[in-house]
Amino acid sequence: MNWTLALPEIVLSVIGLAILIFGVLRKQDSTLACTMFTIGGFLIAGLLVLTRTYGYGFHGQFVKDAFSSFNQILILSGAAIATILALDWNKQEGIARFEFPVLMLFSTVGMMIMASAGSLMTLYLGLELQSLALYVLAGFARDNLRSSEAALKYFVLSGLASGLLLYGISLIYGFSGTMDLAALHDLLVQPSAASPGLVVGIVFVLVGLAFKVSAVPFHMWTPDVYEGAPTPVTVFFATAPKVAAMALLLRVMGTSFASLVGAWQVLVIIVSIASMVLGAFAAIGQTNIKRLMAYSSIGHMGYALIGLSVGNAAGVRGTLIYMVIYVFMTAGTFGCILAMRRKGRSVEQISDLAGLGTNDPALALALAVFMFSLAGIPLMSGFFAKLYIFLAAVQGGLWTLAIIGVLTSVVGAFYYIRIIKVMYFDAPAERFDPRPVPLSFVVAGTGLFTTFFFLFPAPVVSAAQAAAAVLFR
Amino acid sequence: MMAVGLGHFLAVSAILLVLGIFGIFLNRKNVIVILMSIELILLAVNLNFVAFSAALNDMAGQIMAMLVLTVAAAEAAIGLAIVVIYFRNRGSIQVEDVNLMKG
Repeated sequence: MNWTLALPEIVLSVIGLAILIFGVLRKQDSTLACTMFTIGGFLIAGLLVLTRTYGYGFHGQFVKDAFSSFNQILILSGAAIATILALDWNKQEGIARFEFPVLMLFSTVGMMIMASAGSLMTLYLGLELQSLALYVLAGFARDNLRSSEAALKYFVLSGLASGLLLYGISLIYGFSGTMDLAALHDLLVQPSAASPGLVVGIVFVLVGLAFKVSAVPFHMWTPDVYEGAPTPVTVFFATAPKVAAMALLLRVMGTSFASLVGAWQVLVIIVSIASMVLGAFAAIGQTNIKRLMAYSSIGHMGYALIGLSVGNAAGVRGTLIYMVIYVFMTAGTFGCILAMRRKGRSVEQISDLAGLGTNDPALALALAVFMFSLAGIPLMSGFFAKLYIFLAAVQGGLWTLAIIGVLTSVVGAFYYIRIIKVMYFDAPAERFDPRPVPLSFVVAGTGLFTTFFFLFPAPVVSAAQAAAAVLFR
Repeated sequence: MMAVGLGHFLAVSAILLVLGIFGIFLNRKNVIVILMSIELILLAVNLNFVAFSAALNDMAGQIMAMLVLTVAAAEAAIGLAIVVIYFRNRGSIQVEDVNLMKG
């Protein structure tokens, strides 16, 4: 029983409770203070994760290794960026309340628990802690019909997915007698231990987790929720929960069911291809930029899943690198979307970007960088993300996946580059309102990361390498 | 007289699960019915856990059932709250009215 391993999660939840009490007791508006405390909490938790105390805690329920640390750092950065971006936006939209950062914080605690789940029980509880907070966040603009509809849709579909995941967990438990991931791995070393009931359970778990990463055919909620939810919440949805769910998927498939790779590989391949194709084609007709980003994220999850379907450490490394690059370029793109505001009202049509190249060259340049990167144009970070993934796929003999991936990224490049065309070559529209300072910092920071990743890929790649080595032993 | 064994429990639980899923997708009436269907799915899972726990003579399943009950309660509370804010904005909780955004 080594509870100190869970120190980052424990400290973060205690900070969350303290902020909640502080926010309730303080008479004047405490949104700014609570946001700052939340970001401080993320920093402290990040530092605690970086102490790298590895091992198993709570009788194997909780596992801390290079893989969990890697994902937790990424989750914390995504959550911190979303929290920073939310501050000014919420104030302008009149939904600035101190509960917002607190919900972000608790959701992040859930995601950190997901990343370090050592048994299916911990996995489920972390997932639910994350989801329960996300339901409320999606409907946070409670006087807005779109926001409440997004919350309703997300709640229903996510509840269904959790139910299916849980049913899978119950089958795995029943047919193997354990919920511990490491014990499952040891048990399944003999292939005879894999009864049909267990395989059905694995499929259910895969379905539940595929929903959480919004992979086709479980993506239906994504465009609606992305469009309807307040934009800072969409930033959050697009970054941290995706990392956490992907980490779970990698951990469950890579530790427990690694020996059954033949049983689930084909499913992951189908899901991956479907996501890439749908992400590329469905985005073409979109006029709303948040919806476009939803399809874009579906496509990107398809690419990231290629790494899992390869089913070895090199593939996992590719997926992890992909997630890092994806988080920063997506957060940056949404930073630009948050800056789209005219006369105090936020606008989200692609045509509203017309003439941004002359009205606000700096923002247009940043958005162009992100679009090139999302499309995977060489020297931007998005290209290297795809490179590592396709490399792993080719080395693993999955040529079809790599070829489909290249073809769909060509199709995807069409709508990313269309945005650049609208910004620079269309008749200028009215200027946007001056952008808030924190937003400019976030966009500049993520933009620099995206542009200059090729100069210093070593830290990310070696960290991903170390994290991937934990799985598929 | 046939003894009730693990298989029977699993069959009942599978039927409840399917009823819950159908309740979500075939229901064209009311959002509250969807909330009830989600609860039904979670209870089906609980039945599974308890039955397995008894059959395997292992406590973990029953502990999980308790945790699932707790989470289901929290989920129902949040779900009803979302339905309330939705009703306040839309004036209806008919499923066919949840159509502002086409997905």
